[in-house]
Amino acid sequence: MARTIQSLERAAAVLRLLAGGERRLGLSDIASTLELAKGTAHGLLRTLQQEGFVEQDPLSGKYQLGAELLRLGNSYLDVHELRARALVWADDLARSSGESVYLGVLHQQGVLIIHHVFRPDDSRQVLEVGAMQPLHSSALGKVLSAYDPVAHSDVLEGERRRFTGHTVTDPKKLEQVLALTKGRGWGADVEETWDGLASVAAPIHSRRGLLLGAVGVTGAVERVCDAGELRARIVASVRDCARAISRDLGAGRFQAGRGAV
Amino acid sequence: MSDIHSTGPFIAAIDQGTTSSRCIVFDKDGRIVSVDQKEHEQILPKPGWVEHDATEIWQNVQQVVTGALDKAGITKQDVLALGITNQRETTLLWDKNTGEPVHNAIVWQDTRTDGLCRELGRNVGQDRFRRETGLPLASYFAGPKIRWLLDNVEGLRERAERGELLFGTMDSWVIWNLTGGVNGGVHVTDVTNASRTMLMNLHTMSWDPKICASIGVPMSVLPEIRSSAEVYGEATGDLAGLPVASALGDQQAALFGQTCYEIGEAKSTYGTGTFLLMNTGHEPVNSYNGLLTTVGYRIGDQDPVFALEGSIAVTGSLVQWMRDQMGMINSAAEIETLASSVDDNGGAYFVPAFSGLFAPYWRSDARGVIAGLTRYVTKAHLARAVLEATAWQTKEIVDAMHKDSDVDLTSLKVDGGMTANNLLMQTISDVLDAPVVRPMVAETTCLGAAYAAGLAVGFWSDTDELRANWKRAAEWTPQMDAAVRDREYNSWLKAVQRTMGWLEEES
Repeated sequence: MARTIQSLERAAAVLRLLAGGERRLGLSDIASTLELAKGTAHGLLRTLQQEGFVEQDPLSGKYQLGAELLRLGNSYLDVHELRARALVWADDLARSSGESVYLGVLHQQGVLIIHHVFRPDDSRQVLEVGAMQPLHSSALGKVLSAYDPVAHSDVLEGERRRFTGHTVTDPKKLEQVLALTKGRGWGADVEETWDGLASVAAPIHSRRGLLLGAVGVTGAVERVCDAGELRARIVASVRDCARAISRDLGAGRFQAGRGAV
Repeated sequence: MSDIHSTGPFIAAIDQGTTSSRCIVFDKDGRIVSVDQKEHEQILPKPGWVEHDATEIWQNVQQVVTGALDKAGITKQDVLALGITNQRETTLLWDKNTGEPVHNAIVWQDTRTDGLCRELGRNVGQDRFRRETGLPLASYFAGPKIRWLLDNVEGLRERAERGELLFGTMDSWVIWNLTGGVNGGVHVTDVTNASRTMLMNLHTMSWDPKICASIGVPMSVLPEIRSSAEVYGEATGDLAGLPVASALGDQQAALFGQTCYEIGEAKSTYGTGTFLLMNTGHEPVNSYNGLLTTVGYRIGDQDPVFALEGSIAVTGSLVQWMRDQMGMINSAAEIETLASSVDDNGGAYFVPAFSGLFAPYWRSDARGVIAGLTRYVTKAHLARAVLEATAWQTKEIVDAMHKDSDVDLTSLKVDGGMTANNLLMQTISDVLDAPVVRPMVAETTCLGAAYAAGLAVGFWSDTDELRANWKRAAEWTPQMDAAVRDREYNSWLKAVQRTMGWLEEES
């Protein structure tokens, strides 16, 4: 019989244990159930956490299965499915905000734009589906990094280019920005990626609270901001849209696919 | 739908469709305020037969109107007018004294009149009434369905001749009931629905007595033909006082909602099948390339606007077939994921002539083929070929329209579920060598009925104002090299040739 790798077997056992029910487990529960030394269990969990297979609840310190598993299994949400479900809500957001709308998902250390609705004026605009936005400076990227542990480690470990004088590149400051983003439930980018442009984005979640993507608007800073602050009306529209898409997804696909989580 | 919308007044549009009835409330900007929807039963008594219970449909229509007003948090006082759009050609006869349908409605897809249509063609063939009506003798259209009911349901011919029966497509049925039914309901239809009966002469815009006699339909059962946008009457009952102010067949309503008001403007609705209509102006254009000539719309006493129509039988349903019959994808949206994993079709072409070839070929002896297979071809290449099939079929319709009308398509306005497929929309733009544009409101069918009703009551002043409401949500521009397009089109045409003559005898 071919040799097996003990640490992989143990990691698989951790995942199976966490998949056993809708529950979070503490380090000592996991270690004692699997008859592992605490240090060994902690090493396994930390590695799994880095890969996005496990998440740690910031309040209780307990562990649960992570978003990355969702991308692997059958319940993986096809990005084109996400676009199809988001279509009417994204149109409505463009109308109510008067700005262009983007839907993005995490892809290769960046934000992949999977849907784009033109700003509702008669100007010439080019469809930007398939384009990438940076994780550390765009509103979509900050939302993904704040909610998705894989994106979070990508943004802290990857290159952070300074696009404008406002771009936050310092890891400590960026962590604060991401904490703020998660705390208030939306991300902002005021001239941090493009001069003259401001964006607001909010997270799209599955029924189980896992991050699927982000939706946001981008427009001229004079229209999106008022006296240096993002307009509350636009923030509200973006968050409404993200909630509507989440609701739409939560009721369907992820009930069927919940076995994998 | 949204938290933020204007405070009214509003227009409500009823879409009495093939599988469900819906009501959508729109505000002055053409934004959706609320939607309610209810499905009805598909009655399938025999293979090829499809019926609807018209009583159930009328009950559902009342419920969705109430439901949509409730969801919007408004009352009938906030609504200026009610518009109607409907599944076309579906045929109903009812008793004018009791208001009861005398038979289930015969749905447009129902093929029971195939034999009758051949018989009516006599030695002339299916184009016997084309010059007057713009239509070939085919089982979709309402006139032969009326004849079938009168011939096959006992006592109906006598009752019709005694003047006890009324005919209507679903617009007429809904308007008659809304405006009071047996208590003074108005018996009308609009020009677009009338143009799908095979009984209306496109040159006079009135019922053609000779054709009615030839098909065997007594003119006493027929409704009065009115424009698509005028006040037909006031609603009674719960909606009392509300003007009923528009009627348009569903595809024509989409043409109107997409604001195709100029010659050469066209819309294509991509659903399970696809319907492409192009505005050809105030004169009906005869088709020699297998298209239909139909009325696009008529606003009040203005001149009617005509359209050429081409349909593709299998588009979205081919994607469903890949999912359900082949199991290559888990959801319809995944076709794009699979197709995007390769750069081209790998030499494979898929002609989905599942029940023959339609416009512009009209070959019932054809059956589907996948051509150009080599060991290199993967399911991803086939997924690409599936999407390209919809694009090439669109091009064939557009080319036929150009041949018939000599009008160049400037851009194609698209709607329907498949517009969520980015790769498909890009491919259509590539093969047409024209921009493809998606509007911000996907519900163009209801929007068209709302627009027509709003024009009739002065909520909107003219079509220019409606055009200003139209917002571009996305636009795909052609990126394909002309030489590649020609080579690919040539391969597609070769694949089409290989579908023909598969059935030994024409059925």
